[in-house]
Amino acid sequence: MGSTEPLRLAGVGIGALSDIDLGIAPGEIGCISGASGSGKSRLLRAVADLEPHAGEVWLGEQAQSQTPGHVWRRQVMLVPAESHWWEERVGEHFAKRPAESELEALGFTPDTLEWQVSRLSTGEKQRLGLLRAVSLEPRALLLDEPTANLDDATSERVEAWLVARIRSRGWPTLWVAHDRDQIARVGSSHWRIEQGWLTQESLAWM
Amino acid sequence: MDVIELSWWQLALAALMVVALAACTAAMRLGMSRSLLVAALRTVIQLALVGLVLEALFAAERLVWVVLMALAMLLIAGREVMARQKRRLLGGWAFGIGTLSMFLSSFTVAVLTLTVIIGPEPWYRPQYAIPLLGMLLGNTMTGVALALDRLTDTAWRQRGVIENRLMLGQPWQEAIGDIRREAMRSGLMPMINAMAAAGVVSLPGMMTGQILAGTAPGLAVKYQILIMFAITLGTGFGTLAAVSAGSRRLFDSRERLRLDRLSSPRS
Repeated sequence: MGSTEPLRLAGVGIGALSDIDLGIAPGEIGCISGASGSGKSRLLRAVADLEPHAGEVWLGEQAQSQTPGHVWRRQVMLVPAESHWWEERVGEHFAKRPAESELEALGFTPDTLEWQVSRLSTGEKQRLGLLRAVSLEPRALLLDEPTANLDDATSERVEAWLVARIRSRGWPTLWVAHDRDQIARVGSSHWRIEQGWLTQESLAWM
Repeated sequence: MDVIELSWWQLALAALMVVALAACTAAMRLGMSRSLLVAALRTVIQLALVGLVLEALFAAERLVWVVLMALAMLLIAGREVMARQKRRLLGGWAFGIGTLSMFLSSFTVAVLTLTVIIGPEPWYRPQYAIPLLGMLLGNTMTGVALALDRLTDTAWRQRGVIENRLMLGQPWQEAIGDIRREAMRSGLMPMINAMAAAGVVSLPGMMTGQILAGTAPGLAVKYQILIMFAITLGTGFGTLAAVSAGSRRLFDSRERLRLDRLSSPRS
């Protein structure tokens, strides 16, 4: 069991978005959807403090502006849709070796850690990127279309793995998603971005 | 032994051959003749002017004039560093970082070499100070320009990697560490190559000059080694300062990568 602190955005503004207020309870997943270019990714970048923005973000009692940048990002971890790899082999990107069960849950074997980074496919990069971030044990997660490059079967497998981690660790999570079915499956709440406005949608229980 | 006098008509002979080369490239449509001639003309004019300035400087032997000359050289070198960068830091930072790091390293090394090692009387004697500083600044300029250009250009190309490393909670120094090492390497490589090849592949220019002027090879070699070390120190510390300050400027106080502080390349 990790932290059980909520994530709260207070008056966050970036690009076309302004004055965004929202809160996510520990272990809950807030889904964000909207047309491409509506600013979903930039909102996550603001929460991770990767771009100058207005407003404040709170993790429990801790304010973003009062925390050094890298300490904040180590706790409020953003996983981009496209992950980047800079060392020669996969395993060199992991601070500590991930457990075999974790690798298997995402469809890999311990051998994967010895793979050359250059031979990874887009989908493999995405899954390994998620594992790399999650194995750092942050205190909140920001996921930018975490299953965008995966086929349906793998997508559901990864989704189930993520939801299980988020619930057991109690990480408040912002999850940018396109797929309405996925939102209905994982979301505790759902916001749509439309013309710079954030509107909360009821989760349709079908 | 005296140096054999060289007169202007003998130089004209050499110039004629450069013109012949330009004519050849023009005839073969290689498109280099114009810039070749312009560069050759610049050499003649710039060196002739500098010759006049140096003669006046040597005659006067006043500290003020030496300092003024040194400052002029520094500012021109700073401008040159800025001009050689594809994506440079905006708001005067490219000029400021380049000039300041060259000032700190070249001037310190030059003054130390003059006062502690060579020890001419007075220490700022222009015959020693100006050529020494010139060689130092020229090489430091190349190192600083190469390193800053590599730093900003690679940071721009690899912004995805840098930001991904930031997202994983790495401090900015770690996120740009590889790129800093590469920039440092490209700044120092020319000097390391020159030291490795000195005397084997190439005869260094200053040593050649001294030998032509009648200095015993043994003494010329000692001066050359001293100059090589001084240049390496100047280039090394200059590049170090420029890469440190330049990479710091790529991030803000929240450790965000700020590529909006770079200019877009001129086509």
